[in-house]
Amino acid sequence: MDVRLSPEQVALKETARKLAQTLCPGNVSDLDDTERAAKLDAAVTSSGWRQLRLPDDEPGTPLASGVEAAIVAEELARALADTSYLGPLLAGDLARRAGLEDVDATTFALTSDLAHLARVPTSDAAETVAVDAGGSASALVLEPSRNGYELRTVELRPSVIRTDLTRPLAGVATAPVPVEGAAELSEDDVTAWTALALAMLSADLVGVMRGAVELARDYALVREQYGTTIGSFQAVQHLIAEAHVAAEGSYSLALHAAWAADVLTPREALLAARHAKAFSSRAALTVCETAIQVHGGIGNTWECMAHVYLRRGLHSSDILGGAGASLAFVLAQHGLKGGDDGLR
Amino acid sequence: MDYGDSPAEAQFRSGLRAWLAENNPGLPASSTSDEYWAGQAPWHRALYDAGYFGISWPESVGGRGLPSVYDVILDEELAAAGAPPRPSVGYLVQGILRHAGDDVRQRFLPGIVSGRERWCQGFSEPDAGSDLAVLRTRADRDGDDYVINGHKVWTSYSDQADWCLVLARTDQDAPKHKGISAFAVRMDQPGVQQRPLRMINGITREFGEVTFDGARARAVDMVGEPGEGWRLAMTVVSHEREPGELGFVSRYAKAVKELAQLAREDRAAYTEEDLHTLGWALVGTEMLRLHVRRRLSDRLDGITHGPEGSVDKVLMTQVEQQVAHAALKASRVHPDHEEDTWMKMYLYSRAQSVMGGTAQIQRNLIATRILGLPPS
Ligand SMILES: Cc1cc2nc3c(=O)[nH]c(=O)nc-3n(C[C@H](O)[C@H](O)[C@H](O)COP(=O)(O)OP(=O)(O)OC[C@H]3O[C@@H](n4cnc5c(N)ncnc54)[C@H](O)[C@@H]3O)c2cc1C
Repeated sequence: MDVRLSPEQVALKETARKLAQTLCPGNVSDLDDTERAAKLDAAVTSSGWRQLRLPDDEPGTPLASGVEAAIVAEELARALADTSYLGPLLAGDLARRAGLEDVDATTFALTSDLAHLARVPTSDAAETVAVDAGGSASALVLEPSRNGYELRTVELRPSVIRTDLTRPLAGVATAPVPVEGAAELSEDDVTAWTALALAMLSADLVGVMRGAVELARDYALVREQYGTTIGSFQAVQHLIAEAHVAAEGSYSLALHAAWAADVLTPREALLAARHAKAFSSRAALTVCETAIQVHGGIGNTWECMAHVYLRRGLHSSDILGGAGASLAFVLAQHGLKGGDDGLR
Repeated sequence: MDYGDSPAEAQFRSGLRAWLAENNPGLPASSTSDEYWAGQAPWHRALYDAGYFGISWPESVGGRGLPSVYDVILDEELAAAGAPPRPSVGYLVQGILRHAGDDVRQRFLPGIVSGRERWCQGFSEPDAGSDLAVLRTRADRDGDDYVINGHKVWTSYSDQADWCLVLARTDQDAPKHKGISAFAVRMDQPGVQQRPLRMINGITREFGEVTFDGARARAVDMVGEPGEGWRLAMTVVSHEREPGELGFVSRYAKAVKELAQLAREDRAAYTEEDLHTLGWALVGTEMLRLHVRRRLSDRLDGITHGPEGSVDKVLMTQVEQQVAHAALKASRVHPDHEEDTWMKMYLYSRAQSVMGGTAQIQRNLIATRILGLPPS
């Protein structure tokens, strides 16, 4: 039992942090700076991080572990990276599980409430939405088949920004078409993929929380009222301290979930991921709201970065089901709620 | 990175499991029964004699010198077997290890570690709780001894203790943090009076108050240098704040498992809101289990403790109180009229945000020492 990051993982974290700090939006108007966004996108492209879950030379193994993918997810979210990452990463993982070397679709589609992976024709194709769709022309969906699921792609409409200012959504433009050469996915494959996806979203939420805590802390160190910085007031200190604690607890669960995604059985990995998603979805809401409160009036303006964190946090919570759905899953595992069907 | 057991860890775990199958004393939860406290000393010695106590402490003081992650395995297996947690004396051990000279270490640590001698922690006073540095208990040199006068309160295990680690002022003129020294003081001497205090849940063996009226401590039993008492106290309380030092995490795991079982048996009595409370307790317990693994793994780098203990303490407090709120429901659905153990557990949980530094003090420490905010 040694759950420290390896030296290579620590180095990856440093690299991801440096890249994100240099190229991610430093303030809200940077979100409109297309030149900067293009540089960030190019840097993430050349890092190869979006391909981390494509197959390695060794059959059945991805290029990098869930932990490494989570490290990148956390650092990109912490700096509010407005470029795609989880979409292509998870599309790649699904493709790998279907025996593919690569796939054209660069994200995946969910039911319109974002709570479930889209399964056509069960879910109405017109009602499905692709997430993290910046730059994606097509997305993966599942089609139930005799022994499991088949991979399909749908073409996307141009992406639009909704809640989350850093990652757009896209509607579906065409009927699904089969993915050439893809093997059937088993129920276990989909469960394992979902566990990984939830772990990555939990890591994203940890990053959001860490970024929001830092934003609040930095503001509390400079804003003066009553002749002193507001960070010296206990009422403010306690808010930020609580937020830091929530992020730490979330990280402990998210790290385990990311590890579990590769090592435990699909069911166990899913349970680990649901624990992480429940805790981090609930915590992220409080932490981001705290960041707004600490900023006072400025926190309620468009210019303040606090709402950008809140929006990203809300969105990552919604994807594949937030605190409520995850808690229901945990209760079902303990025999305290009806079958967990559809809760995946 | 690996959450699983190494071969050596797996071997340790299975040996422990076999031992527990034979040696589980089947005591009730620590927080709800005087019977637990009465049985704690033999349980400590049984664990030690079998090689399961102080496993991460140095061999020179009776430990086994294994990495702290073995404590995780111990706690997990104790919880899984429904056995009581390991007695929590680790923070005293750490304080003495770090601050005392060799002779004091050798005189006292083997007894504490093996459970042959019981110790209590005489820091808090009626007028010095959070602001511990204003303590008034004094120790005045008299030949080879110090003479101690003062009043300590909320002293855990004072009724069973052979020794008390007493903080007392040895220099009345020094600044408040500088004039304090620490002593090992025998409890069974004429100048020491101990009176149990009854906790809000009715337990009388958890803590008491202690008065020192001309009690004597040998000068050679001073722990650390004169005036080093404050630093020692900070080492002790910072260790006290880390869930890894305590068996508490396993206590929550045991309780929440029982609560889930009760709810399954009587589903109809539980509203959606009750289930949510229980669900969050289940999630919180799992969080703490993994958090402890993470924090104890960090110690493989040789980092022993620091302000992060305050984060652990706040998380531990939140989880205990979450589990306890779920227990409140169980107390209503399954009134166990003679004992009402779930109600007692709930009432006991209010102490977690007070002892070892209150929740507010932990937040102060996190804000200033971890997040770098200015002192208030
Ligand atoms: C079950 C239990 C076991 C204990 N065991 C021991 C033991 O073995 N040995 C020992 O020495 N002591 C022990 N204690 C005592 C414990 O350490 C103190 O109770 C604790 O440090 C708080 O001090 P106090 O009770 O004087 O409260 P106070 O310090 O009077 O605090 C009262 C309230 O004011 C708040 N407050 C105080 N100062 C601040 C501040 N600066 N900022 C914000 N809020 C503040 C507190 O958070 C609290 O809410 C134990 C207590 C309990 C409940």
